[in-house]
Amino acid sequence: MTASHRFSRILVQAILLAGGFAMVLPFLWMALTSFKTATESTSMNPFVIFPSDWKWENYTEVLRQYDFVRLYWNTFAMMALRIVCSLLFSAMAAYAFARLKFPGRSLFFGLVLFQMMVPTQIFIIPQYLMVDALGMRNTIFALVFPGLVSAFGTFLLRQFFMGLPKELEEAAKLDGCSIGQTFVRVMLPLVRSGLVALGIFTALFAFKDLMWPMIVNTSADAATLSSALAKIQSAYSVHYPQLMAAAVLAIWPMLLVYVIFQKQFIEGIATSGGKL
Amino acid sequence: MSKEHGRAFRSQTLSEWLWGWFLIAPTIVGLIVLNIVPIGQTAYLSLFKSGDFGKGNVYVGFDNYRKMAHDPQVWHALGNTLLYALLVVPLSIAFAMLVAVLLNGKTRGKSLYRTVYFIPMVAAPAAVTMVWKWLYNEHFGLLNYGLSRLGMSAVDWTTDPNVAMFSIAVIGIWSVVGYNMVLLLAGLQEIPRDFYEASDIDGAGKLQRFFVITLPLVSPTLFFVVVTSMIQAMQVFDVIYMMIEVTNPAYDHTVSLVYLFYNNAFKYFNKGYGSAIVMLLLVLILIVTAIQMKVQKKWVQYL
Repeated sequence: MTASHRFSRILVQAILLAGGFAMVLPFLWMALTSFKTATESTSMNPFVIFPSDWKWENYTEVLRQYDFVRLYWNTFAMMALRIVCSLLFSAMAAYAFARLKFPGRSLFFGLVLFQMMVPTQIFIIPQYLMVDALGMRNTIFALVFPGLVSAFGTFLLRQFFMGLPKELEEAAKLDGCSIGQTFVRVMLPLVRSGLVALGIFTALFAFKDLMWPMIVNTSADAATLSSALAKIQSAYSVHYPQLMAAAVLAIWPMLLVYVIFQKQFIEGIATSGGKL
Repeated sequence: MSKEHGRAFRSQTLSEWLWGWFLIAPTIVGLIVLNIVPIGQTAYLSLFKSGDFGKGNVYVGFDNYRKMAHDPQVWHALGNTLLYALLVVPLSIAFAMLVAVLLNGKTRGKSLYRTVYFIPMVAAPAAVTMVWKWLYNEHFGLLNYGLSRLGMSAVDWTTDPNVAMFSIAVIGIWSVVGYNMVLLLAGLQEIPRDFYEASDIDGAGKLQRFFVITLPLVSPTLFFVVVTSMIQAMQVFDVIYMMIEVTNPAYDHTVSLVYLFYNNAFKYFNKGYGSAIVMLLLVLILIVTAIQMKVQKKWVQYL
């Protein structure tokens, strides 16, 4: 190995390390601050990096004031129901668009494409008015409502179905499978990676969304983690250690899921990116 | 015989039609109710003035659009939205490309770096913005502490009208670099090795190799990332909402179209004006996307 080669390898590692540090620094600072007292967090001389002793007081205070069990449940239920709906309905529609011939196919698929090109904010006022008219504000249903069906999911899974060989269906047909049986037993298992990717996209989108839960579920009991944080921030605006404790409480479940399933997350996004 | 055959064929075709309609029905009905009709409703609502107590909606024709043309806030928001997109999209993609190229090889720690760079993507923007706001804090923030150690004076990261948008863009870039990197890396890995081997024989330098081989071959992925990032960036809301209150002196220099839409529709309860603003956003996104589709022929190379 030449000297210049070795130098370039060190340089590459240095750049990557610096970038990686920048990625995690905000999270480290969030966690460190959450264990400090208010005085420690605002002390500049000396500047306190590590809390002198690690106290859970900020957490207990935040948990006392806000019902996080409720927030976890609301967020989890919203994500779970959105995943179920978008996977089920998108897989059905995607299979039909990819594999079946029927009148109106391109017209209806045009609708799917059209929805994807329009910014989602354009749907929000009418969707809010619908939820309001149904008397369903401040419910889990309201949180799930805009995600009942997914144009994006339909498009994504269609790409996966289109990649499967034609012979599979012919063989299934010869075995006497109906179209429904072919879809469920033969084709669906083969697009599992697409379903996983769509599940991850749906979960992340629902978890991160701020505007919709803020608009439709204004009562504290019906908030999600994200929309509750917006409220907590305006209530505690100066007590940063408590704010950081609330932020940690809001993000750790998703971080944990990510750390466990990191391979699926990254590969799901990488493969579907290539398909879009 | 042929009659029999014809009937069998017809019943089979019919069953395929029925299955097709049955399978798409939930999605299509859902899309029509949740998305297609609402587009029309929003467009219709933008012709009304709403909000005054007990008065309900009053038809005002194109007054909301006329009002928008003379509303300095709308012009601020339009400029801010474009500035945000023009800061975040090129820079985040440039950084993502740099990292992807560095990782696309036998770099040590590749999968660990990939995992780490992707972390901001799985955190809620509401939480992330809170910690950035704390890092940016004028008096007690880590950033200004670092500056003071270097002998520099403090910066009002979130309240100085000339600075705040850049502070927000940093968060936007930080949040999406990992996502874009994963997509670009997947694109880079599809480039056949032979291309690089051929260039090794030609004795091309690393930089030359990047511009002559890598960039053109990854251009379809890059195009996809640019178009989707641009659409995403023009819908920016969360970060600005969490960072800048309406009373912040930098509000006019940071408010985005979606933030302005939110304020008008759900804070001031003027859904008509809010609808008009979101129609403007629609037009903006369609124009920008159309331009990109047009320009792509000049630089995107499909194999």
